[in-house]
Amino acid sequence: MSDEFEHKIETKADTIADAGSVTSGSTAGIDYVPAHERPDQELYHSHSWWTTYVFSQDAKYIGIQYALTAIGTGLIGLVLSWMMRLQLAFPGLGILEPSSYYQFITMHGMIMVIYLLTALFLGGFGNLLIPLMCGARDMAFPYVNMISYWAFLLAVIILLASFFVPGGPTGAGWTLYPPQAITSGTPGSSAGIVLMLISLCVFVAGFTMGGLNYIITMLQSRARGMTLMRLPLTCWGIFTATVLALLAFPALLVGCIMMTLDSLLGTSFFMPAMISMGEHLSYDGGSPLLFQHLFWFFGHPEVYIIALPAFGIISDLISVHARKNIFGYRMMVWAIVGIGALSFFVWAHHMYVSGMTPWFGYFFATTTLIIAVPTAIKVYNWVLTLWRGNIQLTLPMLFSLAFIVTFVNGGLTGIFLGNVTVDVPLSDTYFVVAHFHMVMGIAPILVVFGAIYHWFPLITGRMLNEGMGRIHFWITFLGSYAIYFPMHYQGFVGVPRRYFEIYDSPYIATSTLHLNVFITIAALIVGAAQLVFLFNLIYSARAGEKSEKNPWKANSLEWLTPEMPPGHGNFGKELPVVYRWAYDFNVPGADKDYIPQTVPPSEVRSAKVEKT
Amino acid sequence: MDQAALKKLPRGWKSIPSDLGSDQTAFKGVNWGKGMMWIFLLSDTFIFSCFLLSYMTGRGSTVQPWPNPSEVFALDAFGVPVPLLLIAIMTFVLITSSGTMAMAVKYGYEKNKKLCGIFLLLTALGGLTFVGMQAFEWSKLIHEGVRPWENPFGAPQFGSFFFMITGFHGTHVSIGVIFLFIFTRKVFRGDFDSGRKGYFTSMKSNYVAIEILGLYWHFVDLVWVFIFAFFYLW
Repeated sequence: MSDEFEHKIETKADTIADAGSVTSGSTAGIDYVPAHERPDQELYHSHSWWTTYVFSQDAKYIGIQYALTAIGTGLIGLVLSWMMRLQLAFPGLGILEPSSYYQFITMHGMIMVIYLLTALFLGGFGNLLIPLMCGARDMAFPYVNMISYWAFLLAVIILLASFFVPGGPTGAGWTLYPPQAITSGTPGSSAGIVLMLISLCVFVAGFTMGGLNYIITMLQSRARGMTLMRLPLTCWGIFTATVLALLAFPALLVGCIMMTLDSLLGTSFFMPAMISMGEHLSYDGGSPLLFQHLFWFFGHPEVYIIALPAFGIISDLISVHARKNIFGYRMMVWAIVGIGALSFFVWAHHMYVSGMTPWFGYFFATTTLIIAVPTAIKVYNWVLTLWRGNIQLTLPMLFSLAFIVTFVNGGLTGIFLGNVTVDVPLSDTYFVVAHFHMVMGIAPILVVFGAIYHWFPLITGRMLNEGMGRIHFWITFLGSYAIYFPMHYQGFVGVPRRYFEIYDSPYIATSTLHLNVFITIAALIVGAAQLVFLFNLIYSARAGEKSEKNPWKANSLEWLTPEMPPGHGNFGKELPVVYRWAYDFNVPGADKDYIPQTVPPSEVRSAKVEKT
Repeated sequence: MDQAALKKLPRGWKSIPSDLGSDQTAFKGVNWGKGMMWIFLLSDTFIFSCFLLSYMTGRGSTVQPWPNPSEVFALDAFGVPVPLLLIAIMTFVLITSSGTMAMAVKYGYEKNKKLCGIFLLLTALGGLTFVGMQAFEWSKLIHEGVRPWENPFGAPQFGSFFFMITGFHGTHVSIGVIFLFIFTRKVFRGDFDSGRKGYFTSMKSNYVAIEILGLYWHFVDLVWVFIFAFFYLW
């Protein structure tokens, strides 16, 4: 930035300050920040234990409630995956019935995608971090925010209740494709599927209440001086993901309502005329393809609803722990927004083998490959942020590095699957399983772990145990590769996914099936390593090493609260005033290697900061 | 932000970079609830769009002929079947209630408690009439043998989409009517003048709330126009 330009800005600020009379004294010019636009937020003040910790209207508590519920549900998903892996490795033991295998696949997928990752990133980290990072006292509508959590909990309860109804949970696969989802022969085709659909509707309703809050808080409730382009990238990721969710969940909601009616009232929205068990069903003239369109119009943005908050969080972790400003901040923001917009135009790449016209497929292959461009920009920028940075190999940094590697790995296989001609032979093989677990399972989960190690002191005031953390990291990271690398190979040689048992087949070399044993052992070890993590969470919350304030020497507002953990209303009497972006690390000429967002320019005159 | 400060801000196209580049708020002087309602309505638009697009797809994919809406929705007036008579009245009532809602918003901002309350009540009654006529229409069709899963006129999807889409819209209207009655009471009790705090939310009442409810109400009316066009006229 040229000196001339800086001079212009300063003189402009001077004139505004003189006319506006907010600040006075010799520093008024360079420290000018616009006056308050609105009166301070009125908060709900809790009176009892119940309204403080249970029916809490404080976004921080709601975030923790969301996170704990999501992690608890996720553990069920983990146990389900163990059972499936045992069945695949040792089919002779008869661990699972074929029907339970399908039910476990379905529940594992739905739990991990929606009830763990979506709820954790948006409900958990969103609630915890948005008000703190924006410099707000709370979400705009704390009461609505509270209802959002209770709706989520209700959705989880309805989902888990389907384990206990006659016929058990649905076994239709997480995509719930009709007509098989509600036709006899599919496990849980009567009660299980209906509970799943109702649970999803409740989830969407609850999420909408939360999502509106996240958006309006970020747009309309920022601190003085906090422009959109000074927000940490975590906020940008969660913000864009929330917009995606508010526009994509409607398709899921409509699909769920219509399939519920098909199932309960006998309408034929998705159901063609069928013969089942030798009898003509009463259905007639519906379009199964319509459900696929509705589902994937939700389903593909859903991938980015999970990925974008992960992108944002990882950018912040890398910058803080490499003590370097994020490379190309504006490009990062535009990449997030661009990926979000493009994600609405790629949905049918999940439907290459559904019988669409191939020309349609080529359109979606093109858009799919275009989306790789902003994604690649992000990866390059992370690497360039690390380049010549002062890399601290802390736990959040380890997880961040693991994320980049895993994400690149999953992204590359995505290029294979995005092309129609390559996708068709690979469809429904373990290659697909390996791809999406790498890119939207392991990669975001690594971010979740990194984020928890990073923000745990903010929540509890204590650090997580480093030793246990490193054991957890290495087993999880290397173990995930042990699980999913062989699956790529299995996919290439044609092992189909969703098969309960692979029998002796002339088309599949039995040697590849021995890999299943190896994968299962790796999966069991990785799963067990999560117990170390859980123990670490509980142990450190009670007896961990006390954290100093701002333990990672970060710049963003969540670490700059008067108390840590932040109290009711977050920022004490006076809301913070922001003078810079969140990435002023190792600024030439500054005394310390970081300049928090609230430090006015007059205090760091010698530092050559970037104008933000 | 007070009015004087708002007037100084750039207008037209220039306001976009200026507002988005500014601190604190992206939409200057816009109440939080109002912003939130707009975003909600955007999301709700996607819901209704999905419903209507599904309806178009379903109408295209069904193998049986689609019933003629002019005949199905005709009503006998003095022995002559008039096509879409009831729907025309329903639409008229609903659009009129949008007008009374706009009046209520205007008198709300003028702090004219009495007229604001009266117009809110009129809007609520308009909505109630609409829902009542819809219930009549439903029962009439049910008497004629139209069911979600079958109907005597042709494609079974006709009844499915009809009950689902008008039902979903009717639910929106009903929720609006409930809130209109609650707000009428709040206006007459003087909550918006005294800034009485909400029972659950402990937020102060403000006349902006009437405009926010108005946004919702106009949206519901607008959606009806699309349902009317795509379902009854096509």
